[in-house]
Amino acid sequence: MNVPGAWYLALAAIIFCIGAVGLLVRRNALVMFMCVELMLNAVNLTFVTFARMLDDVGGQVFVFFTLVVAAAEVVIGLALIVSIFRRRQGATADDISLLRG
Amino acid sequence: MEWAVFVVFAIAAVGGAGGVVLARKPVHAALSLVMTLFSVAVFFVLEGAQFLAAVQVIVYAGAIVILFLFVIMLLGIDREDVLDEPLRGQRPVAVAAGVALFAGLLLVAKILQPTGAPSVRGSLTQGDVPNVERLARGLFTDFLWPFEITSALLVIAVVGAIVLARRSGPGRILDEDERVGGGSDAGPEAVLIPGDAPEPPGEQEQ
Repeated sequence: MNVPGAWYLALAAIIFCIGAVGLLVRRNALVMFMCVELMLNAVNLTFVTFARMLDDVGGQVFVFFTLVVAAAEVVIGLALIVSIFRRRQGATADDISLLRG
Repeated sequence: MEWAVFVVFAIAAVGGAGGVVLARKPVHAALSLVMTLFSVAVFFVLEGAQFLAAVQVIVYAGAIVILFLFVIMLLGIDREDVLDEPLRGQRPVAVAAGVALFAGLLLVAKILQPTGAPSVRGSLTQGDVPNVERLARGLFTDFLWPFEITSALLVIAVVGAIVLARRSGPGRILDEDERVGGGSDAGPEAVLIPGDAPEPPGEQEQ
């Protein structure tokens, strides 16, 4: 017995909103990054669900591209966090409010 | 059976997402993230996307979370975050915004219906073709150009990470020189400029 797609969509919406709230609430840059990953994953789940509901392979191909973009984003973001940490102790969003090194 | 798996892993996914937001230590947040990512991989299997489930486990739960843990350990920030909020009222507003976002998403899902035109890019179920082959067919025919651009994106990301994260070498030395030179030169001049009002031409010649 199959689970209807609407349930997956609702679950993805819940995960997306939790990620969005975490991005607004947390101040540690690393944890904010993890919340962005949560949101990306929720969108991936939505893509796969729609691919199944509409019987179209395009949704799954798009998840593939989202994975690549997420990987590239994490690499660059963590490199930025490492270089910020080298300059100053702490990576909360308040520490990096200046536009200079 | 599928319902049972769905409910169990839905609880795990939401619990892991909550753990990411609420955990005091970044390490615990990363481990909660693994739980959510793995649950999403299970959902992929339930929906017939076997290849994406494997990639999800390998790339996300494997590589990306390991990268997070690596940075946490490398920087030695395994201490508890200060969770008090300097901005008054920011948390309730953020939670209210999240709830409003959820309500908006449900409203959109209620109002808008997908067009219902199936299989624009090829079917997922017709015929006896495995999932990997369907995905590969779509990727290497309809989406060939985006796929090539993706490779360029990855190369750019690798080069960017190396440029940003290298510690030793000429870039580092240049940074030190710039900081020392800029500090001693710019400091006194910046103080002198308002005091030496009669000599702006001298300033400009330098």
